[in-house]
Parts: sequence; structure tokens; C-alpha cells
Amino acid sequence: MSRIGTALSISLAAGSILFAPQISAQTVFVTNEKDNTVTVIDGDTLEAVKTVKVGQRPRGVTLSKDEKWLLICASDDNTVQVYDARTMEFVKSLPSGPDPELFILHPSGNPLYIANEDDNLVTVVDIEKGTVLAEIPVGVEPEGMGISPDGKLLVNTSETTNMAHFIDTATNEIIDNVLVDSRPRFAEFTKDGRQVWVSAEIGGTVTVIQPETREILAKITFSIPGIVQDAIQPVGVRVTKDGKRAFVALGPANRVAVVNAETFEVEKYLLVGQRVWQLAFSPDERLLFTTNGASNDVSVIDTEKLRVLRSIKVGRYPWGVAVASF
Amino acid sequence: MQSSVWLRSLVRRRLCRPWLPLLAITAFAAPLTLPVDARGQSTDPTTAKQTSRQNEAQRITIILARELRDAPPPLSLLDFPPEDEGIAGAKLAIADNNTTGRFLKQEFTLDVIEAAADELVLRVKEKASAGAGFVVADAAPNTVLALSAALDGQNALVFNAGSGDDALREENCRKNVVHTAPSRAMLADALAQYLVWKRWRRWFLVHGTQPDDLAYAAALRRAANRFGAKIVEERAYEYEVGSRRADGGHEQIQQQIPTFTQNVPDYDVLVIADESDQFGEYIPYMTWDARPVAGTQGLVAASWHPALEQWGGTQFQSRFQKLANRPARPLDYNVWIAIRSIGEAATRTRSADPEKLIAYLKSAEFDVAGFKGRKLTFRAWNGQLRQPILLSTPKLPLTVSPQPGFLHQFSELDTLGVDEPESKCSNYAP
Repeated sequence: MSRIGTALSISLAAGSILFAPQISAQTVFVTNEKDNTVTVIDGDTLEAVKTVKVGQRPRGVTLSKDEKWLLICASDDNTVQVYDARTMEFVKSLPSGPDPELFILHPSGNPLYIANEDDNLVTVVDIEKGTVLAEIPVGVEPEGMGISPDGKLLVNTSETTNMAHFIDTATNEIIDNVLVDSRPRFAEFTKDGRQVWVSAEIGGTVTVIQPETREILAKITFSIPGIVQDAIQPVGVRVTKDGKRAFVALGPANRVAVVNAETFEVEKYLLVGQRVWQLAFSPDERLLFTTNGASNDVSVIDTEKLRVLRSIKVGRYPWGVAVASF
Repeated sequence: MQSSVWLRSLVRRRLCRPWLPLLAITAFAAPLTLPVDARGQSTDPTTAKQTSRQNEAQRITIILARELRDAPPPLSLLDFPPEDEGIAGAKLAIADNNTTGRFLKQEFTLDVIEAAADELVLRVKEKASAGAGFVVADAAPNTVLALSAALDGQNALVFNAGSGDDALREENCRKNVVHTAPSRAMLADALAQYLVWKRWRRWFLVHGTQPDDLAYAAALRRAANRFGAKIVEERAYEYEVGSRRADGGHEQIQQQIPTFTQNVPDYDVLVIADESDQFGEYIPYMTWDARPVAGTQGLVAASWHPALEQWGGTQFQSRFQKLANRPARPLDYNVWIAIRSIGEAATRTRSADPEKLIAYLKSAEFDVAGFKGRKLTFRAWNGQLRQPILLSTPKLPLTVSPQPGFLHQFSELDTLGVDEPESKCSNYAP
């Protein structure tokens, strides 16, 4: 409580925040790929408050369902690290398979599905027991991981195979594969489970797929005046819970595209930092945090006004971002 | 029902091995054998009909044609090329293609032919007559042309992965030859852009006397003219190819190189054209004036570097190291991207028919990702693969061309090498 009061008085005094935030506690965790650290950002003051040393080459980051734990892919340590999300004390390591890059939790909170970039595998891990439940062979260089809201369907993308693999989580078997454009990096289900959005970094597109029929519903292309097409490289995708809007990080185009998720038309491009890759909403979705790898900062976007509010300096090559509701 | 229980337990029992038996993959991948359209739409396996033709894998055979040639040994003990140079790159590409191929029932196989020029052409021609449609060549320019002639009229494509000869892309271009190796013009342009960006515009050009050295020197002259550098002095380094190794050596080098490089008008960088690798490694730190060295030694332009880790390159290096037990060299990369291009075409067309794949590969729809941060495509006027070029020291890639600020109407990658309006190629067509 007092922390919120402090935050409010700081913001009123400094006048450095461009809007008066609704006081909703939130904490933002950012992995810094090159520094081997996590930056903790106070989501109310929008200031970095702590930097914690973690494992080597930290990339994917996520919170456990109860927000007690922060899970980090320590890619060069070939492990997933678990930290207490409030104190950032190290809790334990989880087996992960080699070179874990990105992962996603089953909506029930367990198990964890991990993409092993170096070994063409998805590893399924019980985060309570710390045991490997299964290994699923996929295409070359798996990265993107999406899971349906009912937990029945897992989508993994393979960067060099250029496919989105649809995996039945009951059997851990691939039931279908959809070819997408070159170098798919991210897979995101909509909250109603009716669409999965897959970005293709080199192809420059985002493909929207119907998960049940695997029909391709749309392929979104981007065009920014003054920016060479080759620099438009979609990576992270987030869709609002109401299914109305999507945000796509466009890599070295240094912009986030705002997409009407019903018509699939691009509404706007928002200039952020350099080489923007991953995105995460605040719990109320009023803010969107972006990791700008090449400028070592995180941008904060007001999702209602569609404006970039500020940049927050973090460590080197920020990669993943996760937001807690405390 | 029973089979899926068995398969589930099979997955668990195979925890230690990332590869399931092919039989299991075929069994649970049953839906994939059905005629799926480009959207990958699946059908119910229990009711759909499966013909025996659809159950068989499509087979694509790729020939790697290596010309055995005499080459003088390199100056440094560290630079002797491994025996499987290029072959390892091919093996990795076949493995990568097959990882994707198992989802599409496509199988890639490699056929390596190593021989002197004449025999090589004969043996490749035999295989092509038997239906092989793809030949990746590590060969001298004349041999590439001979391969092209031998395959003329057939549905076959030669990938030049080994020669930077500019004439092969220009007046000697051929409809059935594409190039994954960068041309000398591309390499020299890549270097020139960086040197001009650095404002090192005054060059002292030193070149060897072998034909390849002279060709590289010509490319450097063209690049200087193109990007606004000035060659203030040019000298040929004449040497006697004596014994590579003797029990002494540095005492004389320490005398000869400074003497050779003195009395040069003011210059910023020494650019060197010693493709034969007979003296160039002696030049850095030995010049009369304290100057950086770039060209075939010093700061070197190439299609790949074994320490490139950007753009997911670590994954390529890691897979290559595991397969070959050595770092990847530019020739390995050139061969890899050629075979990956065939794989990409096969994935997109769902076909193993060389005619279809070649048409797709040469079309405007084709692109392939090559760990260089952007799409790689084949130039429509001469079949040269457009690609960023790395400028590197022996230890690290330092920078990548095209450099910032060099603009182009269609693709910045076309600021490297001979551009379409200048092209002398009239025999190539998509």
C-alpha cells in the first residue's frame, strides 16, 4: 500500500509520467540476453528497480499460474530456472532439454512445454516434480510456443522448417503441420481459442490459422513508408482478450504494428526502440511493454491512446518480458 | 485406439532419443500422407482414402560435384582445407531438409562425385540422364560451363557454389546455372563500401601475379571506382614459389615486406589481392607505414564465417560442428544454402519434380532464410543469390555489407556486385 502511495507522490511531483495511471499494481520482468540478468520494473512508476543476476543467456520468461514463481529459459545453461517472483530468490532448476528458448505453461499451470532450439525438440516438463514427461520431435529450430485456452492444442513453430506444428497435448503427438512463411518465431492463441497467430520473421508476414480445421484465415502483411520491406520482421504477437486488437513487434523496423484483429488490417505503426521482438500486456491490458534488443530498453505503450509513453533503460539485449499483477 | 496407446508409450520409452523409429512416424503421421493443399488442411484418417502412391515418399537426389584440382598449399598451417570441405555443408543441408521432409513425405539424398574435370562431367552427365535434377558444383569456371553444357536441354540445374568468377555471371551466364557463391565483384564491393564508410578512401593495391589474383585486383579496381575510393599506388608482388616451409623465414620477411611497401604516396589502407594465398598473410604489421590491411587477407569479405552467431547463426554453427567436428567454412555455407534452396522449393511446391522445383526456385515467389537476417533470393537476370556479405578477421565477423547509407531502388543487396542495368548476361532466364 505504501509503495503505491510513494509511487503516486513521485509521479505527481516529478510530472514525468504523461498520464495518471490507474493504480493497479504490476511488476514487469525483463530478461537481458547479453547481461545474463533480469531487470525488474515497477509497473506503476515505470522505473527499473532491481537487476538480478540469473543463468546464462536468459531468453523466454513466464510467471507460474499463481504468480509465485518466475520461470526463465537459461539457454546457455541448458536449464529452466525458477525464481521466487516477489523476492527474486533462486528456488530451483528444472530439466529442460538442451538450449531452451521459449516455453509456455499449460493453462492449468502444469506442465511446461519448452522449445529446444538446438535439438529440434519440444520438451514437456512437470514444474512441481521437476521431471521430463515427454520429448516431441519437431522441425528444425523450434521456438514459438502457443497453447489453446482449453489446453488441448499446443502449437510449436520451427524456424528453418517453416512450419507451425499442431500437437495434441493428451497424446503429445503432432497431429498436423501448417506451412507458413520463412522463419516463424511466435505462436499466439486468441482468448476464445478460435485463432492462432503465427509470425514469420524473414517472410515478413503474420498468418492467422483456425486451430480446429487448420484453415488459413488471413495473412497479414506490413508496409511502412520509408522502411525497406526486408527490415519488417515480425516476431512477438499479442491479441487483446476481447479479440479486437493485435500488436505485432516488427524487429529492425523498430515499430509495433497495431492490427484490427477482426478485419486483419493494420491500423497504425508505433515507433519504439531498436529491434523490437517480444511484447507483454499489463494485467488490465492498458499498457503494452516491448523489448527493444538493440537499444537496450523497454517501451511502454498506452493501448487505448495508441501512444508510446516512454522508454525504460534495462540491460543489454532485452529479450523476454512478463508482467505480474502484484 | 490400441496403436495410439502403443505410440504414447513409445514416445515415453524413447525419451533419451530424439528420433522415433520411422515406422512410428509414418503411422502417427498418417494424416500427412493425404493430399493436403498448401494450407495443410487435414482430413479424418479413419475415413479418408490413402492410395499407395501417396504413401510413398517423394525422393529428391542431389549431386555434389567436386572437381579435384591441384592447388598450391596455403601459407599458414591453419588454412589447409579439410578433405570434406563442402561435403559437410551438403550433409547438413540434407539432414535439415529431411527433418522438414518427414512432415511432407519427402526424402532427400546426397550423391558425392569427386573427380578431375573431364571425368567429373561424364559421371554427372550419367546421373542426370538417370533423372537427377540438381548438381551443386565446387569446380573451376570452365568445368561449371562444361557441366552446364552436358546438362543442356534436361530438367536440371547447376548450382555454382565454389567459383567467384565474374564472367560466369556475365557473358558466360547460362540458363541452367545459378550461383550461391558470391562473385568477386560482390566481395570487392562489400569491402569497398566498408572502407568508404570508414573514410579510408586512399588505397594502396598489392596483388599477386596468378590469374585469380589479377581477377580479384580487377574487382577491387572496379569497386574503388564505383564507390569513390582512389587507388594511389599499385604494385605486383612477384615471388618465387619455393618451399613453403623452411627452418628459417621471418628474418627475410621482416626485410622484404617493409622494403616492398615503402615510398608509396599517402594512403589509408593496403588492399591486397592474393587469392593464391602465397604472401598476403605476411603483409599485416610488416608494412613500411602503419596501415590496416584488407582484401584476400586482413579484413576479408566472404559469404560466411565460423564465428557468426547473429540471426540465429549459433544454431547453424552448432549443428554443423556436431556433424562435421570442425567449424564451417564459406564453401560449406555456399553448398548448404544451395541444397536448402532445393529443399525450400520442394516444401513450397510439395513436389519432387525437378522441372517444377527449378521453375519455383527461379520465380519471384522464392525466398530462403540463410541466417543472415533477411530473405535471400536469386537475381532474375543472372541467377546470382543476393546475400549480405560478412567482413571478418580470422577470429570474428566484424561488419556486414551492404553498409548503412548505400541505397538502391529495389534491394540494397543489389549494391553488391554487377547490377541489372549493367549486366552483360543474355543467356539466363527464369
